[in-house]
Amino acid sequence: MSQTDSPLPRSRAKAARHSLSGSLERMLPRLVIAPSLAVALFFVYGYMLWTFVLSLTDSGMLPQYDFIGFAQYARLFANERWNVAATNLVVFGGLFIILCLFLGLMLAILLDQRIRQEGALRTIYLYPMALSLIVTGVVWRWILNPGLGVESLVRSWGFEDFTFDWLVNPDMAIYALVMAAVWQASGFVMALFLAGLRSIDDNLFKAAALDGASLPKVYWRIVIPCLRPVVFSAVMILAHIAIKSFDLVMALTGGGPGYATDLPATFMYTYTFTRGEIGLGSASAIMMLCGVLAILVPYLYSELRGNKHG
Amino acid sequence: MSALNILHVDKTFGNTQVLKDISLAIESGEFLILVGPSGCGKSTLMNAIAGLEPVTSGDIQIGGEDVTWRTPAERDIAMVFQSYALYPSMNVRQNIAFGLEMRKMPKAQREEAVARVADLLQITPLLDRKPSQLSGGQRQRVAMGRALAREPQIYLFDEPLSNLDAKLRVEMRTEIKKLHQRLGTTIVYVTHDQIEAMTLADRIAVMRDGEILQLGTPDEVYNDPVDMFVAGFMGSPSMNFIPVTLVSRDDGYVLRVLDEQDPTGAPLELPWPPAREAQALHEWVGERLILGVRPEHFVEDETRMETSFDGTRLDVMATVVEPTGADILLQATLSGTEVTMRLGPKSQVAAGERVALRVDMSRAVLFETTNQRRVA
Ligand SMILES: Nc1ncnc2c1ncn2[C@@H]1O[C@H](COP(=O)(O)OP(=O)(O)OP(=O)(O)O)[C@@H](O)[C@H]1O
Ligand SMILES: [Mg+2]
Repeated sequence: MSQTDSPLPRSRAKAARHSLSGSLERMLPRLVIAPSLAVALFFVYGYMLWTFVLSLTDSGMLPQYDFIGFAQYARLFANERWNVAATNLVVFGGLFIILCLFLGLMLAILLDQRIRQEGALRTIYLYPMALSLIVTGVVWRWILNPGLGVESLVRSWGFEDFTFDWLVNPDMAIYALVMAAVWQASGFVMALFLAGLRSIDDNLFKAAALDGASLPKVYWRIVIPCLRPVVFSAVMILAHIAIKSFDLVMALTGGGPGYATDLPATFMYTYTFTRGEIGLGSASAIMMLCGVLAILVPYLYSELRGNKHG
Repeated sequence: MSALNILHVDKTFGNTQVLKDISLAIESGEFLILVGPSGCGKSTLMNAIAGLEPVTSGDIQIGGEDVTWRTPAERDIAMVFQSYALYPSMNVRQNIAFGLEMRKMPKAQREEAVARVADLLQITPLLDRKPSQLSGGQRQRVAMGRALAREPQIYLFDEPLSNLDAKLRVEMRTEIKKLHQRLGTTIVYVTHDQIEAMTLADRIAVMRDGEILQLGTPDEVYNDPVDMFVAGFMGSPSMNFIPVTLVSRDDGYVLRVLDEQDPTGAPLELPWPPAREAQALHEWVGERLILGVRPEHFVEDETRMETSFDGTRLDVMATVVEPTGADILLQATLSGTEVTMRLGPKSQVAAGERVALRVDMSRAVLFETTNQRRVA
């Protein structure tokens, strides 16, 4: 039936092409797409541009347009709090990426040993990714709260001297952030690695076993080098999660104690919306954009080049 | 002393028995080929020999030592896989040297070994390339080089040539044969390819459903099959099976070809060569049997005028004619049974014509119908 039917609408469409409804039919996809495209262009790229413009002005509580060149950027780099935020980003991002990669890879390798209940375990490891970062932050804030969480629990077991005060210790609070973020993202990295591992020819393991390589050697020398593209994508994804981290910081530490755990995103928010320094906030936002682009552009470049080859 | 001795090996996966009481002995320097339909357990047997899969019961001995419970690394075996299984991140040199490195061979010796096999397989210019930069044939060579570098006691090849195109396959086949003759290595080799099996093997083991049906030289397996399965599996195009009834006459036995379509017509009768009067044949008189004739045992009867020829004359109608270049495959109906015949390339047969043929009954075989075992 359908075989005999199908040529009909097509020929009908052909015949109608010259009529009004035909041209409407041809325009329809573009008409449907156009509003959303316009909205996206306006709200994404338009606002980016506006932010850049604002970063060149003397805006305070409200936007205004007295252009002062790159003075806001100079102020930004002289700002102690921005430097803390930038340093924090390096520490947080670096540790977060390295730990996620390491844990994700370990979990993936363990799961790849054809163990029982693999499906259930995979879901458990992936589950944190399904939570919003706000929830993660709140949960970890309770866990790490000296008065409520681990510290008080261990003390209640009789270890009175036990201290675990990362959340309130300005030197350690950033590591508390790392811990929560790693907890959330490493399951996702594991899923990436697991997919990579599953695509590896089983015979490679057999060949290596016959060659006399022990299992750790097989992974280190043969399997992990095969996963390089996965590592690359994982780093890209994790890096941009790290740069954009805002909600986790807000929920877990609120940038505190003091501004010890400020990240560029929270810095931008604080200055733009609560301290009435729109110009400075915009400058920091543009700096973040530059950071993201610095990671994204090489990635897209290699992706597109890869596609052309593939 | 046999290089490899497999004694009553069984292997079960869950409830399915994949290998059933396999026993094999392979002499040092022998080239053994395993053939059989897909899923009959060839790869499983190879994995068991290599130690990649533990056997359920039975023993495996290599060089007289029991290795049943040793790890693959301790067995001194090298394997070449269908997918080549080259390490993608290493270049050719590292691929070949990896096994030696894992066995803690000093670097100088390793390089010597790599140079030796690279020279042997003519892959020296490729040594610094990654596997992804090689063609299928080159990968195949590297995979063999990796096996050869270690100089193990036994080589296992699991369908090593099946990913290559036809021409390359023939080239590599010859090369493997030369290598074997030159190095005198002991090889167990799995293939689906009839010609590969016939040309390479010292002995062929035909497997089905986890059992070895026949183990013998290529000539034995081809010309003296133990049952209909082996007869039909070896050779391409495969043997013709023609239902017949055995009739005893004063001057010897005759095979009456049954024609289901035309039961009233005069049946075709093929005399059984008196020289082959098997002892066992008389108990099958009057029974239905299957006559097996290979396509090349039909010959076009150009000597029609002569009175003496060593064969039985047939008159058939050609239905399909397939020239292959080297010879012509002719499909014809012989008393209701489709048969394939291989005729010389000069043959002028056309579809729809009647052809006079001789069949060489001295090479024909007979099977009984219940278990399909060989009768004569
Ligand atoms: N790990 C396994 N678990 C369960 N069954 C298996 C396993 N490996 C193989 N089998 C079964 O064992 C049988 C033999 O498999 P094997 O791979 O040895 O076949 P083969 O002769 O090598 O086939 P092919 O010619 O297609 O390579 C098959 O029926 C297969 O389904
Ligand atoms: Mg197989």
